[in-house]
Amino acid sequence: MSARAGAGPADGGVRAADEPRAGPAPLLSVTDLRTWFFTDRGVVRAVDGVSFEVHGGETLGIVGESGCGKTVTSLSLLGLLPRPPARIVDGSSIRLHGEELVGAAESRLRALRGNRVAMIFQEPMSSLNPVFPVGDQIGEPLRLHRGMGRTQARTEAVRLMREVGIPDPERRVDDYPHQLSGGMRQRVMIAMALSCEPSLLIADEPTTALDVTIQAQILELLADLRARHGMAVLLITHDLGVVAEVCDRVAVMYAGQLVETGTVEQIFTDAQHPYTKGLLGSLPSVGEPGGRLAAIPGTVPSPLRWPAGCRFRERCAWAISGCERPQELIALGEVPVAPSGEGPREGLEPGAPAEGSPQGGWTLGAPMAGVPPDRRAGDPASGRAVRCWRASEAAMTGRPWPPGGLFGQDDGGGESARDDGAPEARAW
Amino acid sequence: MVEPGAAGAGAPGGAGGGHDGAGGGQDEAGRGHDGAGRGRDGAGGGHDPGGAHHSRGGRFLSAVLPGLPQIMVGRMGAGSAALLTWTGMLWILVARGERVVAAARSGAWDDRLALATVVVGLLGAWLWSWRDVGRAGGEEEIGVSQWDLAVRAFARNRTAVAGLIVIGGLYGIALVTPLVAPHDPNEQLGLLTHRYLGLSAAHPLGTDHFARDVLSRLLYGARISLAIGFVAVGISVTIGTLVGAVAGYLGGIADSVLMRFVDMVISFPRLVLLITIIALFEPSIFLITAVLGLTLWPGTARIVRAEVLSLREREFVQAAVALGYSKRRIILKHLIPNALAPVIVAATLGIGNTIVLEAGLSFLGLGVQPPTPSWGTMVDDGRANLLGAWWLSTFPGLAIVFTVLSFNLVGDGLRDALDPRMRT
Repeated sequence: MSARAGAGPADGGVRAADEPRAGPAPLLSVTDLRTWFFTDRGVVRAVDGVSFEVHGGETLGIVGESGCGKTVTSLSLLGLLPRPPARIVDGSSIRLHGEELVGAAESRLRALRGNRVAMIFQEPMSSLNPVFPVGDQIGEPLRLHRGMGRTQARTEAVRLMREVGIPDPERRVDDYPHQLSGGMRQRVMIAMALSCEPSLLIADEPTTALDVTIQAQILELLADLRARHGMAVLLITHDLGVVAEVCDRVAVMYAGQLVETGTVEQIFTDAQHPYTKGLLGSLPSVGEPGGRLAAIPGTVPSPLRWPAGCRFRERCAWAISGCERPQELIALGEVPVAPSGEGPREGLEPGAPAEGSPQGGWTLGAPMAGVPPDRRAGDPASGRAVRCWRASEAAMTGRPWPPGGLFGQDDGGGESARDDGAPEARAW
Repeated sequence: MVEPGAAGAGAPGGAGGGHDGAGGGQDEAGRGHDGAGRGRDGAGGGHDPGGAHHSRGGRFLSAVLPGLPQIMVGRMGAGSAALLTWTGMLWILVARGERVVAAARSGAWDDRLALATVVVGLLGAWLWSWRDVGRAGGEEEIGVSQWDLAVRAFARNRTAVAGLIVIGGLYGIALVTPLVAPHDPNEQLGLLTHRYLGLSAAHPLGTDHFARDVLSRLLYGARISLAIGFVAVGISVTIGTLVGAVAGYLGGIADSVLMRFVDMVISFPRLVLLITIIALFEPSIFLITAVLGLTLWPGTARIVRAEVLSLREREFVQAAVALGYSKRRIILKHLIPNALAPVIVAATLGIGNTIVLEAGLSFLGLGVQPPTPSWGTMVDDGRANLLGAWWLSTFPGLAIVFTVLSFNLVGDGLRDALDPRMRT
């Protein structure tokens, strides 16, 4: 299978997003990232066309359930995946401060890692080298990237340990990892990551392995440090509670693609994608005790063979015919502005399904393509967007979504063949 | 590790030691023996649980007979090691005074090494005991590494500690042999009068067919055998660790090439290789050491590779990559120190094996060449007259047995102490 097989625009990439945009340059700009694993069993398209931007000082959360490609996305950013089998497919772009990282020399990436971009991992128990005192480990990036001497690095390590809230750092600096608790180890990891004052911190499930009390402390620490150092944070998590607590914006990921982006308020109060709704619906609530916890039925499909069309279709309560067509991440909320400024254009109404057309029964793509990127409000990479044709159509046309309410039955919001074998709507 | 610091308990014993210690510093050699007598009194007085360990008396006792306070509180291993070192080195200064002076003037490298060993031994034993006694209230629990934990686990293993003391003693004696040995190993004491003398005060282990003192030859032979074992294993561990770590971490083609090379070296019959190389070149100690070292490393390489393969999946290695460390730095600083535990065990056992192998080669006449003594050649020397002069082969044979046994005991002890299941 060729690397670009099936990777046409209709397959789900955000077209035209690599064109220049107006506004302040983002710190990190990921465009159409495809990280595929070329294995004996076939090509595992773990990350399949992901685009997002992180601006200086903001926290972007990437949320999704296990196996949806969150971690692979985060590891791809600094080229941390083993090659082979992993490969970032041609056409992907990762720009840090405008510098292209895909295909950059290993030595260049090394100079950035731990220095401009730092990373915190999920498992603090094994993320520290067991044979060296933690002070040495915090000081090592400083000695490597900043050329500090041993004593200076040690002094700095003590200062960092105090900053991340480790009590009695003058003594703890000589401790070995096994002498520290999980929370303390995660603080040490954070101190290591912060040592060179990175402009971007990637935190891959930083609190998953910790108990809830420590989790809250670590999140508070992260938010505090972010405010103090003005760094951006890319938080990878499956925990919407964590997202609500610390993130500015959220990107929901499913089956290797972003399915919805928006601010925390937008996602929590006005989720559009059925998957996001499902995630929110499966959060335990203090207010409604006793009931069964809602869950999204089924699991993430195999990345070896993503289903054609909407990848969430199999599990979606509102899937109808038409969902088998490939979905695009479409900016929401703001109606595209025409170049001449003449207001909303004609043709935004969903038309009749056109067999064979890549856009199917949905004509929105055509006028969008005519709009210059700098005039397009609500950019999918950093604004409000959803990858669900029914949701975006409903938003464009002001129809109720979901049809019949969150727990209601499908009222047939899409004119296109609602009764040709579409699965019965399932209420969560 | 932490002894109860019952301060007053050992007061009576401490007083005796204290009196002694006051004068002890002025004339080391003279009062050293004096101190030994009184020190035993002190030990008698300090029978009470807790002992004189941390008391003032313990300090004085330690100043005179380092190690004794530790023995009194039941720490046999460390205490007897210090005490043996101290008394042994003092004995050299007293009984071999004129040779020490001569060695200081001669400047030959093995004389210097021997003198340095004596000085280091004396200072080391004394300072260690002094500081150990002074550490009231036990260890700081800050900065206790995995190695510290392993050392503690090892110290609880009596047989292994005994083996370690034997090995330490052997290497210590090997280092100071020029000062200790009664005769030159190759000196022929008179072919007519001194051949095949049995055990006697003048020749504790007899003499051989060339009228050479067997004890002296045994001592010098220890240097050869132990040095060959140590250096050969040093070479093989260095090569094996690097090859294994590089192959394990890089994987892919590098791994395949390196490990196929390892397979190739392993599949060579080692003895045939050794015999061929030695037949091609003039047999010498350096050649034997080099050949042994260069053929033993594949085992280490496999151990390290296996260890690194599991280590590289650990998150701290991933974190090291994410911090921008180079492959070289990750291999040398982060992977190898973590993979060392099994290497140390293998190396300890390997020294024993190498000593046996060297003895075997020398026995066959392919190793160390006469007249240079090594345990293997000495066994061979005695072979011709085993019934008439049993001591010729017996003592070097016993030396080999006890040395290798000690290495194996220590190796097993290390394996237990470094067991990965012990780690957190």
